[in-house]
Amino acid sequence: MRRLWQDAIRSFGGVGIAFILLTVGTWFIFMILLPQLIMLDFSFRPLLPLRKIGGPEDVYTLKNYIVLFTTPLHRAIFLKTIWSSIVVTTVALTICYPIAFYLAKVARGARLGWILMGLIIPYWINELLRIFAWQLILADSGILNQLLLFIGLIAEPLNFRAGNGAVIMGMTYAYILFMVFPLYNAMESLDRNQIDAARDLGSSWLRVHRRIVIPHAKPGIAVGCIMVFMLAAGSIAAPQLLGSPSSFWFTEIIYTNFETANWNQGAAYAMVLAVLCLIFIFGMLKIFRVGLKELAS
Amino acid sequence: MAQDVGQGIEIINVSMRYPGAEQFAVTDVNVNIKPGEFFSFLGPSGCGKTTILRLITGFIDPTDGEVRIGGEDMRGIGPNKRPTAMIFQNLALFPLMSVADNIGFGLEVRGVSRPERRKKATELLELVDLPGVEKKKVSDLSGGQMQRVAIARGLAVEPAVLLLDEPLSALDLKLRQHMRAELRKIQRRTGVTFVYITHDQGEALTMSDRIGVMSAGGILEQIDSADVLYNEPLTAFVADFVGDNNAFPGTVREDINGYTVVETSFGSLKGLNPQQLSSGQSAIAFIRPEAISVVDGSSSFENIVKCTVENLSFEGPFATVFLKTNQNEAFFLRQNNDGSTPFLQIGAKIEVGFDADNTRLLEFGEVADA
Amino acid sequence: MKSSNVVLKVVTGGYLLLFFVYLFLPLVFMAIVAFNTSPIPQVTPWEGSTLKWFGKLFADGQMWDSLINSLIVAFFVVIISVPIGLGASLLLTRMQFKAREGLYAILVSPLLTPGIILGISTFLFWDRAFFISGGLWTAIMGQSTFISGYCMLLIMARSQRFDKTQEDAAFDLGATHRQVFWKITLPFLKPALLSAAALAFMQSFENYNTTLFAIGFEQTLPIYIGTKLRSFISPAMNALACIFIGLTIAGATVYEIMRRREHGKN
Repeated sequence: MRRLWQDAIRSFGGVGIAFILLTVGTWFIFMILLPQLIMLDFSFRPLLPLRKIGGPEDVYTLKNYIVLFTTPLHRAIFLKTIWSSIVVTTVALTICYPIAFYLAKVARGARLGWILMGLIIPYWINELLRIFAWQLILADSGILNQLLLFIGLIAEPLNFRAGNGAVIMGMTYAYILFMVFPLYNAMESLDRNQIDAARDLGSSWLRVHRRIVIPHAKPGIAVGCIMVFMLAAGSIAAPQLLGSPSSFWFTEIIYTNFETANWNQGAAYAMVLAVLCLIFIFGMLKIFRVGLKELAS
Repeated sequence: MAQDVGQGIEIINVSMRYPGAEQFAVTDVNVNIKPGEFFSFLGPSGCGKTTILRLITGFIDPTDGEVRIGGEDMRGIGPNKRPTAMIFQNLALFPLMSVADNIGFGLEVRGVSRPERRKKATELLELVDLPGVEKKKVSDLSGGQMQRVAIARGLAVEPAVLLLDEPLSALDLKLRQHMRAELRKIQRRTGVTFVYITHDQGEALTMSDRIGVMSAGGILEQIDSADVLYNEPLTAFVADFVGDNNAFPGTVREDINGYTVVETSFGSLKGLNPQQLSSGQSAIAFIRPEAISVVDGSSSFENIVKCTVENLSFEGPFATVFLKTNQNEAFFLRQNNDGSTPFLQIGAKIEVGFDADNTRLLEFGEVADA
Repeated sequence: MKSSNVVLKVVTGGYLLLFFVYLFLPLVFMAIVAFNTSPIPQVTPWEGSTLKWFGKLFADGQMWDSLINSLIVAFFVVIISVPIGLGASLLLTRMQFKAREGLYAILVSPLLTPGIILGISTFLFWDRAFFISGGLWTAIMGQSTFISGYCMLLIMARSQRFDKTQEDAAFDLGATHRQVFWKITLPFLKPALLSAAALAFMQSFENYNTTLFAIGFEQTLPIYIGTKLRSFISPAMNALACIFIGLTIAGATVYEIMRRREHGKN
């Protein structure tokens, strides 16, 4: 320990060490650690009016968590959120895989640059506005309805907003880029020669992908899926803008709790969301047999 | 003028072990480098010479022992406070600065004014024979030019000691030879104590006043001038590492007529015994190839060996002749390409001889890899 | 063989085209609607072309307030996150200690956490510990929690390519720690610091999830947009979207031009 301190002084000087400790310390303690601990604490306490805090009723309890399992509506919403997020992730993966492959292995030079730029530009536009665009498309007097009416496929405007369809579509649109880039990065490092060799030996494209590309791209797939799932499960803009009262999202429950100043319940549900994401992350790592190291995005 | 600039360095019983390492990088080294001397540490990779340099510079402090510069103990004093300057192996020139700014850096951090710094830079570029490149970017220079800028930068802070970490290893042969002469010239001109480390004996032998030969594990084998190291090596390692040498292992027997007899696989040899080895000890008899001649009746040698010519390699001014004794021990001699004698034929069975004065018996020990 | 190649090319090209249409068409529609006189944002029926929605947008005081708040928050996020990212990157790249991997994981974890969780925890912390309730300060803190991570990663990436012997040489020539830092290290890191600042600004400006929970009753621009979109939709929002799109394209063009010029210089 002493040696460490000596090395640090030697490397950074007194002022340097002070700077580092101040910045990293503040970050670690006041922005990451303590806030999480306090939220954890809140989640285990009952909701009490201000004057009752610190009093006899202020004890640790699991009530806030149990509510999730005992309220059928909340349970349903929670499960639906998980399921829909998985759907979004799967759709994104399916759509993006060919794109990423094309970018990594087929496109060349200047064209690659343009395409990448073309992918990034929509993402510099605020998420809300992009989801709003879908709001327009899917509205009763929206473009999609207008088109279908025009063709004569339907007689009256469809209400796309009922149910989860709109939310899922909006989310897929909003988060698809987060699947493309990890996939692209992972595939890029694959030596093109391996593919050529396999083809040369007579392998079909399907097998090439199954046996060569996908195993190599596993870390990218894992990262992409994790990112999209977490964005979807934790998304609040899409459900708010595209959802209907019948398609509440888990995050919206948390938001309602906050609006009614029920911090404790909100904190508990937020912890549940955090744990869900953690489980998903580890699940993904297990499934794809990827180590934490390789995730360095 | 130039005489008082360089300071001496005393390395007293210094050992160094890096944290977490099993072995010592430097083991009980004692060196007294004189002021104004060109001193080299010579040894194979991993022998600890870089560590010694870093101990003198001040990036590390020794585990045991003292490092003194100009008589003062340097423990705890950082590299920026010592009267030393170092030329790094990769030169470490500042890529974002011009040549003049690089050279003037040491002065800049000492608060010297800009016009002063510019003047100094120009002076130093003259000194290292590289005039006119003040404004150039470092990346525009050739290898040899960058070398000189690095040296100029080190000299700019007027150090008492300049440390050079294998500076010539990245240069091609011709340039290296040219730079050797240059470095020597600069050292003489400035009077700064130079401490030079290298694994290339040619460099060490031609440039240095004295050389410290080191072997693996940070052991200092011998410190002497080049000729003494060559002619009077004190350990087997030095005998084998410095210059080319023939080595015959054997056992020490009795002393006769002031020489010591050693029993080898092909017979007895008489030689010098500087380490005072006693009877029964394992030893190696070293004979320089140039001391071995073919027996032709014109001279008499104390030591004579029967052998067969295995191979001959023509190398310009001489040819190296590879020989094998009847017991299959290999050695070699040199034949000058002066037309005085015809080159030996491969397969010829001959007798060669050498004087006892040229035979050196040293204690059996680690020698550098062939 | 030839014909299947052609088929493959057509299919690939078609897929790619479809994908780009998918990405861009909604944005195009959204922008066009801004010019439709109709008070309901729609493409058809087109009731006439107008610029009045832009006028409505600029007349909205709330919009300007939230824009200013966004700028204030983004400014502070930058001046907090970049130094933190620098400090963390210095610590992690230069010191070896047992807890290093663990510390790295913890510092990076906010990047992998859903934004709303960061917002909630930040809000609760400042409220409970310092009695500061939701507002610009908590928004700044919440955003900085994960934006510092981005800064750290950016700076670390650049640090990896740094030749540390330059610092050794500078020390050896007599420089103090401060001088080495200002004259050698910082100039090298400058590009990374600038990118980190730019990234931090953009991330902060458009952040919604974390800000929503941390900011209490104040509004930044995304919060304002969210509120507006949930209540009464007017083509003024499309006007805003149109401006955003225009600025983004302009920004991308400038960036590309500058990149080309850098490349040309080399």
